[in-house]
Amino acid sequence: MLSTILLDMSLAIMGAGIGAGLAAIGAGIGIGRIGGSAMEAIARQPEAAGKIQTAMLIIAALIEVIALFGVVIAFLISQNTGV
Amino acid sequence: MKVFLDAMKHPGIAAKIIFSVSLFFAFSAPSWASSSDDGGGFNPGELIMHHITDDYSWHFFDGKYGTLYLPVIVYSKERGLEVFSSHHFYDEHHNLVSYNGYVLEHKQILLEGSDEKIYDFSITKNVLTLFILAALLCWVFISVARGFRKNEGKAPSGIQSFFEPIILYIRDEIVKPNIGPKYERYLPYLLTLFFFVWFGNLMGLIPGAANLTGNIAVTLVLATGTFILTSISGTKNYWTHIFNTPGIPLPLKFIIVPVEIIGIFTKPISLTIRLFVAISAGHIVLLSLIILTFIFHSWLVGIGSSLLVLFIVLIELLVATIQAYIFTMFTSLYIGMALDEGDGH
Repeated sequence: MLSTILLDMSLAIMGAGIGAGLAAIGAGIGIGRIGGSAMEAIARQPEAAGKIQTAMLIIAALIEVIALFGVVIAFLISQNTGV
Repeated sequence: MKVFLDAMKHPGIAAKIIFSVSLFFAFSAPSWASSSDDGGGFNPGELIMHHITDDYSWHFFDGKYGTLYLPVIVYSKERGLEVFSSHHFYDEHHNLVSYNGYVLEHKQILLEGSDEKIYDFSITKNVLTLFILAALLCWVFISVARGFRKNEGKAPSGIQSFFEPIILYIRDEIVKPNIGPKYERYLPYLLTLFFFVWFGNLMGLIPGAANLTGNIAVTLVLATGTFILTSISGTKNYWTHIFNTPGIPLPLKFIIVPVEIIGIFTKPISLTIRLFVAISAGHIVLLSLIILTFIFHSWLVGIGSSLLVLFIVLIELLVATIQAYIFTMFTSLYIGMALDEGDGH
């Protein structure tokens, strides 16, 4: 019973999917916070909107890469299971 | 439709939706493919890997003339230096065959029946792209420099008027604030770095092109440049802070110093992995969306995925620029940290 569960490669793929999903959740929270803070900052100082937007985009890109870690690792796992 | 339009207004959320959708289909696909047809079936994962990894031949389209076979240059102690076309590894049905004692196994050239190490200097797809990129950069920037010399004190003209604002932006917004007064020594390298990464990212988005900046070897070399530059320009103050951090008691130094030493190496490693992952994953997502059409065998899905692909390509154009910006910014930040003369903190 245990060995059939442990040897089931489809579980590895499921794990890959769940992992990628969790990475996307984390990145979503991060980008949401950046966006929210940037909106607040722009509301306080509308004249600095351009600078704030640039900084926001760059930090969002840094977090986006974390979500992409999830994509790449999940892809590699699903590749190596041989299903 | 409204959800989609709302999502269009928030690229971050849209990207997340698309990621989850593409992941769902991309990873559930192989199990269907294997259950529907066994022999010679369509394998999305393999197709994606083929597109994002390096290869000895450059495949443009199917047919007799669709593939460019690139030269293989191998050196081994037993056989010496040998140069031949990678076409010899394929027979007329595009099956792998051995040639002259060499075999191509898992994208690696090996000597048949021998464990001897082979040094592979082949002009692969990525190497050829690197040459094309170098030629393109030389051509563009020599003409920009020539334009600058010709129009000195006057308004820029031609291709110069596109690149001069970008060069000035990098100088004034990235390099100067991060490095400080000594920025001029580092400016040529940082400009080269920015345009190399940017052009490389954009070239990777051309259909049929190689995934140059999504290759971990290329990004590792770029990060090694940062590492060397940071290390050789490090001031006494910089090294003191790493090996003998001032102002903390001795027992704590046993913890702080190893962390600082690891920190020297984690900086280039994070640069390497960031660029590699951002570009490779972008390609994986694009290809997964395109492959959806072939998995579902439906033109409706084709229309949907084409729209998504268009959207993702636009995001990728942005990502290509932002990743080049980030790579340059972090490099100049690290150099700026190494140049720190210690004005007390």
